[in-house]
Amino acid sequence: MSLDARLIVRRPGFTLDIALGAAPGEVVALLGPNGAGKTTALRALAGLIPLDDGHVTLDGARLEKAPPELRRIGVVFQDYLLFPHLTALDNVAFGPRCRRVPRREAREQARDWLTRVGLADAVRKKPRHLSGGQAQRVALARALAAEPRLLLLDEPLAALDARTRLETRAGLRGHLASFPGATILVTHDPLDALMLADRLVIVEDGRIVQTGDAATITARPRTDYVARLVGLNLYRGRADGTTVLLPGDFALVTADPQEGDVFVAFAPAAVALYAVRPEGSPRNTWPATVTAVARHGDALRVELAGPIAVAADVTPAAAVQLGLQPGRAVWASLKATEATAYPAG
Amino acid sequence: MPLAWVLARAEFPGRRLVRALVTVPLVLPPVVGGVALLLVFGRRGLVGGWLDATFGVSLPFSTAGVVVAEAFVAMPFLVISVEGALRGADARYEEAAATLGATRWTAFRRVTLPLIAPGVAAGGVLCWARALGEFGATITFAGNFPGRTQTMPLAVYLALEQDLDAAIVLSLLLLVVSVAILAALRDRWVTS
Repeated sequence: MSLDARLIVRRPGFTLDIALGAAPGEVVALLGPNGAGKTTALRALAGLIPLDDGHVTLDGARLEKAPPELRRIGVVFQDYLLFPHLTALDNVAFGPRCRRVPRREAREQARDWLTRVGLADAVRKKPRHLSGGQAQRVALARALAAEPRLLLLDEPLAALDARTRLETRAGLRGHLASFPGATILVTHDPLDALMLADRLVIVEDGRIVQTGDAATITARPRTDYVARLVGLNLYRGRADGTTVLLPGDFALVTADPQEGDVFVAFAPAAVALYAVRPEGSPRNTWPATVTAVARHGDALRVELAGPIAVAADVTPAAAVQLGLQPGRAVWASLKATEATAYPAG
Repeated sequence: MPLAWVLARAEFPGRRLVRALVTVPLVLPPVVGGVALLLVFGRRGLVGGWLDATFGVSLPFSTAGVVVAEAFVAMPFLVISVEGALRGADARYEEAAATLGATRWTAFRRVTLPLIAPGVAAGGVLCWARALGEFGATITFAGNFPGRTQTMPLAVYLALEQDLDAAIVLSLLLLVVSVAILAALRDRWVTS
């Protein structure tokens, strides 16, 4: 049950143009900032908005002209859209009933699905009496009970509070693993994408800017948006061996030799700060001015201006010792081994 | 109902015109409505002539004529309240139903209709209540034949000239029924 699609949707001032593929059993995450066109892509796949161009091919069958009810593409909507006048059981039984399964049997199937998502005791509840996490699971069960060939999830965890989110995410991961078809997941939360998906597709402004597995994306971001998501400093420059010349004639020394147009990435924790110019091993040092200090997990994240804008993580103790506050002049240093360069072409 | 669905969901040129036409009977003096119906469905009217020639059916001054006249005047109440309920109902529930394999008709029947049921009921009752009190269009289009086309308000009007006591009794009866209906309806509005 593999998906192959090229989605082109034109709107005034915005064009979505992405190619998507997914193998049976694979979970692909569409990750991108708000307004990037992720949800538009999902609605186009489901047939809820027409394509201006392109195609949707599922198992070799062209679907772009088919109405949504004939596509057998299941959708879990962001706000779930459980039918408010039906019980959880009848919500889940809706899909089987539409396939002309007799009422009693459809209810049996629905009960099985609700048991699988751990809601055996909530079958008689109306959606307004369900908690957020329960509603999410009913929505998932409802989509799966219709036996879709492709499953689409639109920000499946966005409406949940942090705690419920953690539990629901773990459960969702299990259900996606046992779903035989391909799954496309839309999210703006990198954690959801990294935890749930086998492959990430980063969408910005209607276009795909990067694809790859979690390890590649987190180690080698290709746009500022991705770098910020995974928490890395990212620069683009020209490499000549292990020296990379960045805009502003600032040279960074990196570990691996490269030639030509490259990206350089390093973690904020790899940047060390000193009150006076350090001597010795670190190969990259430069003067910088603190512009902002904020809490970041156990550390403090320090934003620095200078020849390059950099984020650095320091321990609270070091921050106190250095007297870090906006306007403070410091020396920043970075070991060459901590900076990765990779081709930008 | 289909008219309300079209008005609420579909985008087409002339929708404003159609809505204006639907609501015209609300502001038109009912007598004028009756005259308009006579012109259209009368024996020599636009549609009436054809009906008479083809089926031998004649609407004016018949019981069916009463129904047509009252429907004409009262229908806007139903259409407008159902349209309002439809606009209030989230169209995305229909989309959710479609992704589960429901055809448009199934989605309407099993999802949208139950969601707008209070609006339909309220519209239906209002519509019926308006028809109950209908006078002008009925007497113009269907006349006032006891047993055939005489409605309660027509009977009250006649009784007023002949037998004041009967007129008062009939009037009180109408008043009680109307108040009862509207009271029940208000309750529905508040609770739903």
